[in-house]
Amino acid sequence: MDYIPNILFAITLIIGIGYFVKNIRKLIRNIKLGQDIDVSDNTSQRWKNMGLIALGQSKMLRRPVAGILHIIVYVGFIIINIEVLEIIIDGIFGTHRIFSGIGNLYGVLIGSFEILAVLVLVSVIVFWIRRMVLRIPRFWNKEMTKWPKNDALNILYFEMVLMSLFLIMNATDVLFQGMNSGNIVSQFIAPWFGDFSENTIHIIERSAWWIHIIGILIFLNYLYFSKHLHILLAFPNTFYANLKPKGELNNLEAVTKEVMLMMDPNADPFAAPAEGEEENEPAKFGASDVQDLNWVQLLNAYTCTECGRCTSQCPANLTGKKLSPRKIMMDTRDRLEEVGKNIDANKGEFKDDRKQLLDDYITREELWACTSCNACVEACPVSINPLSIIMDMRRYLVMEQSAAPTELNNMMTNIENNGAPWPYNQMDRLNWKNE
Amino acid sequence: MSETLKVPTMAEYMAQGKQPEVLFWVGCAGSFDDRAKKITKAFVKLLNKANIEFAVLGTEESCTGDPAKRAGNEFLFQMQAVTNIEVLNAYEVKKIVTTCPHCFNTLKNEYPSLGGNYEVVHHTQFLKSLLDDGRLTIEGGKFKGKRITFHDPCYLGRANNIYEAPRELIKKLEAELVEMKSCKQDGLCCGAGGAQMFKDAEKGDKEINVERTEQALDIKPEIIAAGCPFCNTMITDGIKIKEKEADVAVMDIAELIANAQDL
Ligand code: HEM
Ligand code: SF4
Ligand code: SF4
Repeated sequence: MDYIPNILFAITLIIGIGYFVKNIRKLIRNIKLGQDIDVSDNTSQRWKNMGLIALGQSKMLRRPVAGILHIIVYVGFIIINIEVLEIIIDGIFGTHRIFSGIGNLYGVLIGSFEILAVLVLVSVIVFWIRRMVLRIPRFWNKEMTKWPKNDALNILYFEMVLMSLFLIMNATDVLFQGMNSGNIVSQFIAPWFGDFSENTIHIIERSAWWIHIIGILIFLNYLYFSKHLHILLAFPNTFYANLKPKGELNNLEAVTKEVMLMMDPNADPFAAPAEGEEENEPAKFGASDVQDLNWVQLLNAYTCTECGRCTSQCPANLTGKKLSPRKIMMDTRDRLEEVGKNIDANKGEFKDDRKQLLDDYITREELWACTSCNACVEACPVSINPLSIIMDMRRYLVMEQSAAPTELNNMMTNIENNGAPWPYNQMDRLNWKNE
Repeated sequence: MSETLKVPTMAEYMAQGKQPEVLFWVGCAGSFDDRAKKITKAFVKLLNKANIEFAVLGTEESCTGDPAKRAGNEFLFQMQAVTNIEVLNAYEVKKIVTTCPHCFNTLKNEYPSLGGNYEVVHHTQFLKSLLDDGRLTIEGGKFKGKRITFHDPCYLGRANNIYEAPRELIKKLEAELVEMKSCKQDGLCCGAGGAQMFKDAEKGDKEINVERTEQALDIKPEIIAAGCPFCNTMITDGIKIKEKEADVAVMDIAELIANAQDL
């Protein structure tokens, strides 16, 4: 009979972690639906970026208030989770505070966890106030209704509950309070429970303990469905982010091949393709759906924290246009999820659902409003590049659909005919000299 | 005064069997747009004054393809690029200076993988290096103590991390450099990039150039300095819309420096 809690605990743990692993597998599968892209260059710079931007939170601090609050939550959350290790060992082996054997250091550790827990609790409450009371505009754009809004609040409530449970658990742990070391905060909470019988306090302590660990497992499994996935993906995302100058837009290799062929006077346009080249399906230019994007762009979509720093810097959005770089990322993720579910429902094979990222999620009006100014890329604290998706979709519109706005078609015709975006003659290019 | 401009072409250099120190890539705006042509000329005056051996491609120059690429037409871009690279490589061009950040970005970042490898600098960088080497002197004179703000072109700033060269030149004019609310890496776009210059904006509640002009007017400058012919046009239009032409001038850095020495 004594083993029942241990067994229950082990089962809970296995279910919780098992389900999490399943979701991570799905996540990786979905990201791999993207096109290949070579990111094997300059590994040392990549490690450095990950260290600075994700681990070091360097870009978070560009907005000092949000940045500092977040660092508290981030550091606090990671460190307090050392405590989870103890909970797991206690849970499986039926021990009680197994690490307390290490003596004074234990008190120091738990003491700092308690202080951090209070700091995290306060920070998360401030986060909530910034959203719900101060109503900071970037949290209230059009795309931030329904699930995205609830999701953001859920996370904050979750953290509030988890931190409170941690403190209550310590406060009602009579043995721990008896040690009187490390209960820096909980000693002030303990008296709240002073009137309860020893038995009730024990039940409260056990409940807090169980809800705390179950809460953490639920939280872990919530990640996949949430913008909170960033706590894991911020690391690979900053690692794989673009290292080239922001202004550099990649040259499509498939186009280069055709252009070189066209420019080569010796090439025979009707020649049969060389052996083995036939299988290479004719490349689709640009992107109309998530599978046309590369996997780093898809990883970007799952990493997005929906913080809206990008949108708050976007010149198009600031002047009332529909474009919002955050929405570009959210749409990409939503569509990718839809494609993933479609694959799950059809035994591993995607069945055409007559939908795509273009038009069904992202409208042309949004795409054509972008000035390619890179403000969104610069602003993103986790190195996401919404502009690259916009550009790939424009490429599809122009090269596959010839669907550019008329004025842009005129501009391009001019370039083709006169070598300038305006209808001037190339032979007049040096006239300014004598004017 | 145009007869005093010396603007040799690459073909002329070639005919003499010589190589200039640098190729001046004029760009489409610099060649055809009335406002931008003034910038081109101001820069040439500075090059002449400093006795720089430079050349232009003249009628052999063609659009870099930037607006086509940003509009999504990779084909047209690469056709333009490959054609231009053929010309540039035939002249064995090593170094290019340009007054347009869009040309600058494209030539510097997007031509190499298509076979065009050159040292490419923006004219503010080039002028700064002439100054550092003592080949050009800048006198404050006219602009001494004037309130000047610099509008960062996206394709110079964020796109290529060049923020200081233009600012150092302004400071050399002994002017009072003032910064807008959003500047440098946070600089707000003028609204022209990504091929927007060539189309009407999507529906919204304001034009981007007006927003940016208002940011500039907030800090009450006498001159808004620009480093891009497109930004220049957009902000000049913004100033007109705000009816501030009498109080605020929009000038390229090259014009400021040329003007300061009455060139
Ligand atoms: C265990 C680790 C982490 C935890 C517990 C955590 C927690 C949170 C929470 C609670 C929020 C919501 C704030 C709000 O509602 O306004 C948030 C937002 C955010 N997090 Fe994290 N985070 C973690 C790791 C990271 C990492 C490694 C990065 C990488 C830089 C990161 C970047 C962000 C960003 C950019 C936001 C949006 C903040 C804003 O509004 O400006 N987080 N995080
Ligand atoms: S690059 Fe496009 S989407 Fe990004 S901030 Fe600029 S205009 Fe907005
Ligand atoms: S793309 Fe980056 S800046 Fe924009 S909402 Fe997502 S995380 Fe924030």
